[in-house]
Amino acid sequence: MSDAASAATATLPAASAPAGAEETQPVKARGLVKRYDDVLAVDHIDLNVRTGDVYGFLGPNGAGKTTTLRMALGLITPTEGKVELFGRDPLRRGAAALEGVAGFVEAPRFYPYLTGRKNLELLAALDGAGAKERINEVLEVVDLAPRAKHKVGGYSHGMRQRLGIAAALLRRPRLLILDEPATGLDPAGMRDMRELIRRLAGEGITVLLSSHQLPEVQELCDRVAIVDKGRVVYEGALSELRRQGGAGYRLRTSDNERALALASAHGGIEQATSVDGYVRLQADERDVGALSVALGREGIAILALTPELATLEDLFFSLTEGPTSPTPSPSPTSGSGSASGSGQERT
Amino acid sequence: MTLTAYRWELRKLISQKRTYLGLGLVIVLPLFFVIFQNFHQRHDHGADNIFASQIGQSGLATPVLMLLFLSVFMLPLAAALVAGDIVAAEDGNGTLKTILTRSVNRGQIFAAKALAAMTYATIAVFLSALVATVGGVASWGFNHVVTYSGTVVSAPEALLLVFAANSVYLIPLLTVASIGVLLSTVTRNSAAAVVGTIGFTIVLLIIAQIPGLEGIRPYLLHEQYENWHGLLRTPTDWAPIWHSLWVCALYAGPALFAAYLVFLRRDVAGG
Ligand SMILES: Nc1ncnc2c1ncn2[C@@H]1O[C@H](COP(=O)(O)OP(=O)(O)OP(=O)(O)O)[C@@H](O)[C@H]1O
Ligand SMILES: [Mg+2]
Repeated sequence: MSDAASAATATLPAASAPAGAEETQPVKARGLVKRYDDVLAVDHIDLNVRTGDVYGFLGPNGAGKTTTLRMALGLITPTEGKVELFGRDPLRRGAAALEGVAGFVEAPRFYPYLTGRKNLELLAALDGAGAKERINEVLEVVDLAPRAKHKVGGYSHGMRQRLGIAAALLRRPRLLILDEPATGLDPAGMRDMRELIRRLAGEGITVLLSSHQLPEVQELCDRVAIVDKGRVVYEGALSELRRQGGAGYRLRTSDNERALALASAHGGIEQATSVDGYVRLQADERDVGALSVALGREGIAILALTPELATLEDLFFSLTEGPTSPTPSPSPTSGSGSASGSGQERT
Repeated sequence: MTLTAYRWELRKLISQKRTYLGLGLVIVLPLFFVIFQNFHQRHDHGADNIFASQIGQSGLATPVLMLLFLSVFMLPLAAALVAGDIVAAEDGNGTLKTILTRSVNRGQIFAAKALAAMTYATIAVFLSALVATVGGVASWGFNHVVTYSGTVVSAPEALLLVFAANSVYLIPLLTVASIGVLLSTVTRNSAAAVVGTIGFTIVLLIIAQIPGLEGIRPYLLHEQYENWHGLLRTPTDWAPIWHSLWVCALYAGPALFAAYLVFLRRDVAGG
């Protein structure tokens, strides 16, 4: 029965080329709904994760991210709609639909009474296909080799999180589904996790990354879906989202006063304000570029010019909290700014 | 793949304390019995059970008497302890989602778990019988015994009968395990499943006491715990064995099937 089904899907792409490209899409969700009694956890969600994407799945607490990922992995049954992984429905194909797919939802869980290595051996046995030979390798990747002989019951949160990644990598996935993998990690752990995800993406693995950490998404993802109360409020390229919001920049120069005057007079700069020690600009990339040239011509040295994360944050809030709530205007300097800085300056 | 999953289910059991609790129970009791009898040589020929009165004469009476004692509550408890835990524990730990996102289907995981629970019950029965037999024979010798029908049975034959009686007792015990697996799957709570499984047989016991309902007694689960008595008489009374076989199938079949369906369809959230 399942062979016939797979044969049918396999012949489809050949029949029509554009549809064929869709058929091997790593994740395709259409009209996904999950209702828990009176709670509509997921409300008609469509997702399109394409091959090679590092796809950010963003949303506030309770938005329905985990619930959506559970449906994608076949752990729970959608109330309506369906989700396909590489064209296969996990509901109908069971484990076969998860071929080439790995990941976890919420915190990864293991048998506390078994060692890290035994846990991986168990999962490798359930995977078959030479997964066992990769155990040492994946333990090295997540830096857990020295602790592999200890029981998972004694692992710290961060170690379990890394073991979760190791367990996923055993499957040599083409699609990695990660639900807030950096949650609860210390700054170094968070950095390592991001580096690892970036590396895996660099190896050609498609990543579906759920998160409510904007810096993380901004640093890693090229495409995003923003969900709120079970609905997708935005899906598309991150750059497009930023363009829609109008970018913000921080400028520090050898003469901030003159720079501010120049910026205010400069066409295309929507807004220029002085905020302790730097000039904050509201403009898109091209106009900021033009301004920098103008500053140079005036003999004003640019000491720093960085895009500001806050605008994405503002956008996020305006998308998820509706236009009624005002954007928190004075925030960018303090909280998020410092955390986002390192990621931002590289662009 | 089911076999691999089954092997790992057994390994998980081996690594858990709970496993040894049940086994300990069914080993310690016959040990206690043997030790106690050794120090307290009573030759109560007036005992109401023919095997009880032979304890001092043949070591092979011990496993029979032990099966008689343990079959009513302790062995079902041991079986329920693991069967009730086998799915629910993974619900509690959240590990169900971990194993269900690998290359095995839910049906295979379920089969592996049900088989493991039954394997455990089987081991509990034979381990207990082994301890009772070795303890009994070491204390009172490998001698002939007199069965329910008053027939004298040689020691090797008696040993065979002990083995056969324990095997036949597996029919109702594996049924208890099946009910445990069902409750474990449905309640998602180990304690509830274990208590529920034992509670179920007790409820049946109470129902049997209701005046006017005596007619249903032969169809109650705990009545099947004595299905092996027919082996210990000459000629062998096969009727209770066949009877228990189909009665137990009527309990275990639907229980396992329902558990299987629930396990296939249920949402694995939480954890
Ligand atoms: N098993 C369940 N039973 C009842 N309600 C549930 C269940 N799972 C999720 N919900 C509800 O569905 C909604 C979405 O939850 P979900 O866990 O998907 O959110 P999330 O986006 O992952 O949030 P977070 O960022 O906090 O992890 C919440 O309102 C939650 O209470
Ligand atoms: Mg979540």
